[in-house]
Amino acid sequence: MAFKQISSPHGHNPQSTSWVMQLVLLSTLPGFIALSYQFGWGTFINLIIAVMTSLVAEAAMLALRNRPIAFYLKDYSAAVTAVLLALALPPLASWWVVVVGSLFAIVVAKQLYGGIGHNPFNPAMVGYVVLLISFPIEMTTWVTPISLLPEGVQHPGLWESLSIVFAGNTPIDGITGATPLDVFKHSSGLVVDQIYHDEALFNQASFAGVGWEWVNVGFLIGGIILLKTRIFTWHAPLAMLGTLALMSILFWDSGSSASPGSPVMHLFSGASMMGAFFILTDPVSSAVSNRGRFIYGSLIGLLVYVIRAWGNYPDAVAFAVLLGNFAAPFIDNYTLPRTYGHTARRKATDKGEDE
Amino acid sequence: MIDTIAQHPMLAALIALVSLGVIFGGLLGFAAEKFKVHGDPIVEQIDNLLPQTQCGQCGFPGCRPYAQSIADGDAINKCPPGGQNTINAIANLLDVPAPALDEEHGEEEEIKTIAYIREDECIGCTKCIQACPVDAILGAAKLMHTVIVSECTGCDLCVEPCPVDCIDMLPVVQGIVQWHWPTPPATIDLIATSKMSSQEDAA
Amino acid sequence: MSRTWETPGGVHPPENKLQSMTQSIGHLPIPGTLVIPLHQHIGSPETVDVTIGQTVLKGQKLTTAIHSDNLPVHASTSGTVIAIDDHPVAHPSGLNALCVTIASDGKDQWIERTGIADFRRCGPLDLLQIITDAGIAGMGGAGFPAAIKLSPSNDKTVDTLIINATECEPYITADDAAMRGKTQDLIQGIEVVCHILNGPKRVVIGIEDNKPQAIKALRSYVQESSIKIVPFPTKYPSGGEKQLIYILTGREVPSGGLPIDLGMVCLNIGTLIAIKRAIVDGEPLISRITTVTGEACGVNRNYEVLIGTPISHLLTHNEFDENNCSRLIMGGPMMGFSLTSTDVPVVKTTNCILAPSHSEIPVDTPAQACIRCGLCAEACPVSLLPQQLFWYAQAKDQERLEAHNLFDCIECGACSYVCPSNIPLVQHYRSSKGEIRKANIDKIDADNARQRFEFRKLRLEQADKQRQAKREARRLVTEQARAASSTSQPGSSAADIIAAAQQRAITKKASPDQQKAKLERALLAAQSRLQEAEKRLIEATINGSTKQQTICSASVESARQKVDQAQHRLRELTD
Repeated sequence: MAFKQISSPHGHNPQSTSWVMQLVLLSTLPGFIALSYQFGWGTFINLIIAVMTSLVAEAAMLALRNRPIAFYLKDYSAAVTAVLLALALPPLASWWVVVVGSLFAIVVAKQLYGGIGHNPFNPAMVGYVVLLISFPIEMTTWVTPISLLPEGVQHPGLWESLSIVFAGNTPIDGITGATPLDVFKHSSGLVVDQIYHDEALFNQASFAGVGWEWVNVGFLIGGIILLKTRIFTWHAPLAMLGTLALMSILFWDSGSSASPGSPVMHLFSGASMMGAFFILTDPVSSAVSNRGRFIYGSLIGLLVYVIRAWGNYPDAVAFAVLLGNFAAPFIDNYTLPRTYGHTARRKATDKGEDE
Repeated sequence: MIDTIAQHPMLAALIALVSLGVIFGGLLGFAAEKFKVHGDPIVEQIDNLLPQTQCGQCGFPGCRPYAQSIADGDAINKCPPGGQNTINAIANLLDVPAPALDEEHGEEEEIKTIAYIREDECIGCTKCIQACPVDAILGAAKLMHTVIVSECTGCDLCVEPCPVDCIDMLPVVQGIVQWHWPTPPATIDLIATSKMSSQEDAA
Repeated sequence: MSRTWETPGGVHPPENKLQSMTQSIGHLPIPGTLVIPLHQHIGSPETVDVTIGQTVLKGQKLTTAIHSDNLPVHASTSGTVIAIDDHPVAHPSGLNALCVTIASDGKDQWIERTGIADFRRCGPLDLLQIITDAGIAGMGGAGFPAAIKLSPSNDKTVDTLIINATECEPYITADDAAMRGKTQDLIQGIEVVCHILNGPKRVVIGIEDNKPQAIKALRSYVQESSIKIVPFPTKYPSGGEKQLIYILTGREVPSGGLPIDLGMVCLNIGTLIAIKRAIVDGEPLISRITTVTGEACGVNRNYEVLIGTPISHLLTHNEFDENNCSRLIMGGPMMGFSLTSTDVPVVKTTNCILAPSHSEIPVDTPAQACIRCGLCAEACPVSLLPQQLFWYAQAKDQERLEAHNLFDCIECGACSYVCPSNIPLVQHYRSSKGEIRKANIDKIDADNARQRFEFRKLRLEQADKQRQAKREARRLVTEQARAASSTSQPGSSAADIIAAAQQRAITKKASPDQQKAKLERALLAAQSRLQEAEKRLIEATINGSTKQQTICSASVESARQKVDQAQHRLRELTD
């Protein structure tokens, strides 16, 4: 009998790509629960619309590209993109906002570049940025956190939410409001203490900003789970959070009227934690080596702060990540690890021998 | 002087632009001289990429003339022994799109072949020796000839002149020493694509 | 306790070592035929010393190395040489190579052995010669001749002898079994090597901490001597020579260099035992300890196996269940290669035969796309970026591959093992390495061809010039001569030329019939040649080798073409 000719190694670690993706999905649960608790049914509806749109779009694109559909859908990558986008979108956004974002993410940012593993930019963030630039009003209308709702007002129930999302019914007054980052963006002339004293978002907060602090804690927990399971290394997320913290300490300006906010506020507001643990760690579009990922994370942390403090947008994770994606190949060129037996690290574009 | 210029914005703009042009032009000219790249002439570089079989299938007497011709603008897909790899390399060097091999000049062969003289039948006419572009055939008039295997480029120029037709082009034996692992079969992407295209062919 | 260093990366695959260590080293009956591959080592070719039908004794030399970088092979038992031909050998390609086949006579009769009990009285060079003659090659991996490793060189002194008792590959327990069962031989082997190396300052045995019994056995022998036993945490691939050197000394073998560059020599357990036997007992390397394991084998055990024993012999004596075997592996699961046939013989580097069941090592699932997750880079023991290498390997970008240090890859398989997308990374690297090597050879060949072509052109030009010069000289001579006799015969030439041309035209016109006859003759000749060639092809198919067959089929093909051509021309002419 003839046996098969197979290259070593024989046997394999049971961990698979779809398992990695499933774990990422599971780890978004704490963040998702926090979002849903704080902002009502909106996120859940986003999630359903985004996942359905993405899976259909992915299947259609795979069919057009003559690729086996079931084989690729089973890797859960489209679902991860959809979930991350849905979690980043404002709750109770119109259905077409979510659909457009998901379609752009899957069709343009992912499949047109060659599908899984070939996209130079994070698809979820491309979708998000397209929406932010195209529909600024829809994208900046956030629901008020549960504890700040006016007396007698509640978040809309499931059916009501559905009618807001699909039929375009206007939500009742008082359930939309500013985010902590919005407050800082639009309150020039006030010292930080004054803002903290005046704004319910801050004076009722536990440590950073009402609602948002817990959402960020949720994503932090999810991130720590992923770190523990060694799905990614600490380099990119910690570098990003560290740089963000460092920048906000440097420019804290002892809480003057020019201060862009405290480090705690920056770390636990907006998409800081979600970005650090779920967006930066997208391996496809980030730098490859650990050293490279550290630089990549720091760069994004820096950009997030710069845009938040001095740019036009209250939050900046999406823009910062896309700029980081641009820089990733360049970072890669200079951050090859030193190989065993070599005296120095090489550049990816080196020619010939190094010694 | 300065007053006049200040009062005539047209004049000011003109002077500014011209002087900028002169300064940058000078800089660029200086840089072009100072940092001139003393690389191989392009013919050398192309010749280095050609397989040096000297077979003449491209229509030129040897690889170097063809390299010269490419440098003068000839098509880069006339070299069957080099095949697609050579075409790609030249395309890369010249920064032009890589065309497919021109079938007019022959087909790319999967396995390298070299000439083999059936020595019992050789009559010692020396015609193949004259034809060999790399002097890889040994022998003398009325004496049996033989091919130096390590020097044969497989151009098959010796086959035609042989009056008794005793030269065969034989594939080079792939022994254990030459063997290396093949590239793993393409992932499911290509399987699906080829399946689709074969279905299209059938339809 | 000595300090140890930790290599980056590494993986912890299931060890699966216990099942083959339940029994001590076993012996198998001598197989009916032994197939001994002639080329088992890195190095140049060799000449065969025996002929078919010759009787050989156990331990008799079968080949002589032409150059000092190669080693001889020996008959593993007494018997008759029945064939010297191509046979499947232990190689991932599954190709054949030249082997000597011996039908054993069952007597297992040794040649005369002259051991040197007091080896300390011999000089190192004499001992090295004995080691070379005994055909001892590194028994861990590549089969590098041991004597070359031990040979003194002018500028490098060896101050550290490292003994590789790591055996980090799962399943394999050959060294473990040897350390437990042949401890004394091992220690003596170390003493011999120390003597050859003129007493290195440090002698270190590096061993993974998953072999406590072997450590204990060694400790009981070396308490008082200067040999240091250094256990370190189990991690694959700590047993790679370069990895082990780093673990034990914190120093790195330079890229492209050898341990000797650091003043170190690294030897494997099996090699040391073989050295002891060669020197003290006078026995060449004709057997080795091999683990036979895997769920498809009913018995999992270590055996002292004669070199040249067909794998099938090992398997049948171990209740091998062919239907339950997913693949047949020589070596361990991480770096071993698959065998396509059970006819392959055991060679000097065969440390394990692994026959896993379908559930033990299932068929690989199809590779998914690389998501550049970086798990491979985390696992790489030499700090490469496997995901980038894969990227460039697919793009066949040889320049980038070399910039990413492809040739420092030790092919340990850790990256493929952890890859969640199940990409056969190592095979990609092996293939790329092969292609780069081939491209380099092709480049040298092309340069060579260019040189020869240009030289020929120059030569022809010179010859042409000389001919021109001669012609010119001749012309001058005749012109002078004609000038001298110009007055004698004026003006008759023009009419002569016309007449000659007319004559030529007539002969040409008359020729079609002649031409036809000539073509017919040619056709007949071609046909007869075709028949002859076909006959030869049939003969070759019946009894010849494949090479002859290809030659014959090529000649048939060309003869057929000639016939076609002749027929074609004839038809043209008659039309």
